[in-house]
Amino acid sequence: MTQLSVEDLHKRYGDHEVLKGVSLATEAGDVVSIIGSSGSGKSTFLRCINFLEQPDAGRITVAGEEIRLVPDRNGHLKVADARQLQRLRTRLAMVFQHFNLWAHMTVLENVTEAPLHVLGLSRAEARERAEAYLEKVGIAQFMDSYPAHLSGGQQQRVAIARALAMEPAVLLFDEPTSALDPELVGEVLKVMRGLAEEGRTMVVVTHEMGFAREVSSKVMFLHQGLAEEYGPPAEVFGNTRSERLRQFLSGNLK
Amino acid sequence: MIEWAVITENLPEYAAGLWLTLQLTVISLAAGLLLAIPLAVLRTSGAAFVSRGVWAYTYFFRGTPMLVQLLLVYYGLGQFEWVQARWAEGNSLWLVFRDPYGCALVTFALNTCAYTTEILAGALRATPHGEIEAAQACGMSRLTMIRRILVPGALRRALPAYSNEAIFMLHGTAIASTITLVDLTGAARNAYSQHFAPFEAFIFAGLIYMCVTFALVGLFRLAERRWLGHLQARKSRQARA
Ligand SMILES: Nc1ncnc2c1ncn2[C@@H]1O[C@H](COP(=O)(O)OP(=O)(O)OP(=O)(O)O)[C@@H](O)[C@H]1O
Ligand SMILES: [Mg+2]
Repeated sequence: MTQLSVEDLHKRYGDHEVLKGVSLATEAGDVVSIIGSSGSGKSTFLRCINFLEQPDAGRITVAGEEIRLVPDRNGHLKVADARQLQRLRTRLAMVFQHFNLWAHMTVLENVTEAPLHVLGLSRAEARERAEAYLEKVGIAQFMDSYPAHLSGGQQQRVAIARALAMEPAVLLFDEPTSALDPELVGEVLKVMRGLAEEGRTMVVVTHEMGFAREVSSKVMFLHQGLAEEYGPPAEVFGNTRSERLRQFLSGNLK
Repeated sequence: MIEWAVITENLPEYAAGLWLTLQLTVISLAAGLLLAIPLAVLRTSGAAFVSRGVWAYTYFFRGTPMLVQLLLVYYGLGQFEWVQARWAEGNSLWLVFRDPYGCALVTFALNTCAYTTEILAGALRATPHGEIEAAQACGMSRLTMIRRILVPGALRRALPAYSNEAIFMLHGTAIASTITLVDLTGAARNAYSQHFAPFEAFIFAGLIYMCVTFALVGLFRLAERRWLGHLQARKSRQARA
């Protein structure tokens, strides 16, 4: 079943058209890596999917349900029903570049927060879930620490546990390792590989070409607002048609 | 020579005065804080006219001396026939304004609420944007986000500034003695007029205020250790980096 489908997404900031019609579809278990040079619109694309940015045009369907959009007074699209968006957002969990943990909550509270206060789980259920996912990402021993007391890699793993605790249809990652010290990148990538192997559906914006090549089922190369290449990694990396991608990869592999 | 009798003979009155001072401080701080939380939320995220309205209130109370506010409430309101009519009816809500204790509490609470609103509004505006995005991204409603993320974070960040406000209020309650209330300052005044020994009468009140101030500072230090510990490590980590 199609977990997430994005059709013909457009987004502009003023005169700058960042996305000129980008589409993507993921079946259950797909891992889509989005690569591209800085400023190519990768984050914008990902953030439009859960409406942290407002797309100008396009259709987004999550687990079979399309997000209803209506034009506002200025002709821009806006969400028709805030409740529906909230509900669909619970199906799309996001992991941010800068973790974005809630600083005043302990690790455990960060992970139980949304299951308790958004999904309406009982305290016992939320705690059980949180413990299981913290165990999975290897942070269970820091349950009662505050995020500021953890390393970047540990914080990002907590953020992943927080996303998993929603048991979403799709996990969205926006450069989850870019803010980390080099020696901490591995621990986060390892967790993400594990998730991919479990068959979770993921859309990952990344600069880690090794991850894109080895873990993903599809790779999208964004360039000047368009998906210049989109296909299985063997094809995109092994049989590169786009001159742009070749330049990008050589720059990246240096 | 120090006249100890000024102090020893008036000890019970000083104690009663201290008790009133503490009541005025604690009740007005508590009421002011409770009211300031929703006002600060409206000030930062309400519609423009709502935010302006809250601003007008805080601007008035921060822009005028608390003594003037107290005199206005205690003497000023009684001038209006409409208010006098409510008093004659025995309307208990309005009778509060005939009682100096009620007038002092209402004025102090409104005054500290105005300052606290602005302190909290500043702390709310300082919420890291990423925390808001994380809440939105997991489908949290606006109200839940205010209740669970914005307000708890802001209350903690506001603690250091709020501890100053609490101390200002403790000291500010001294003006209650201008509307016949015998608070700690009022007790000192009485001791002075009985013995004509102003130094002894007032230095003793000053020492008591100082002790209470130190106790307050200590309480806030404990509170900061309890509720701001989550930010401390980050500061030292940044300092090292
Ligand atoms: N809020 C905004 N207002 C105006 N322009 C923006 C805004 N957000 C992004 N842009 C512009 O849109 C373009 C795409 O930005 P985006 O952050 O999506 O790039 P990216 O591919 O994620 O880059 P990076 O690899 O550096 O994260 C950039 O040129 C950026 O300057
Ligand atoms: Mg980006």
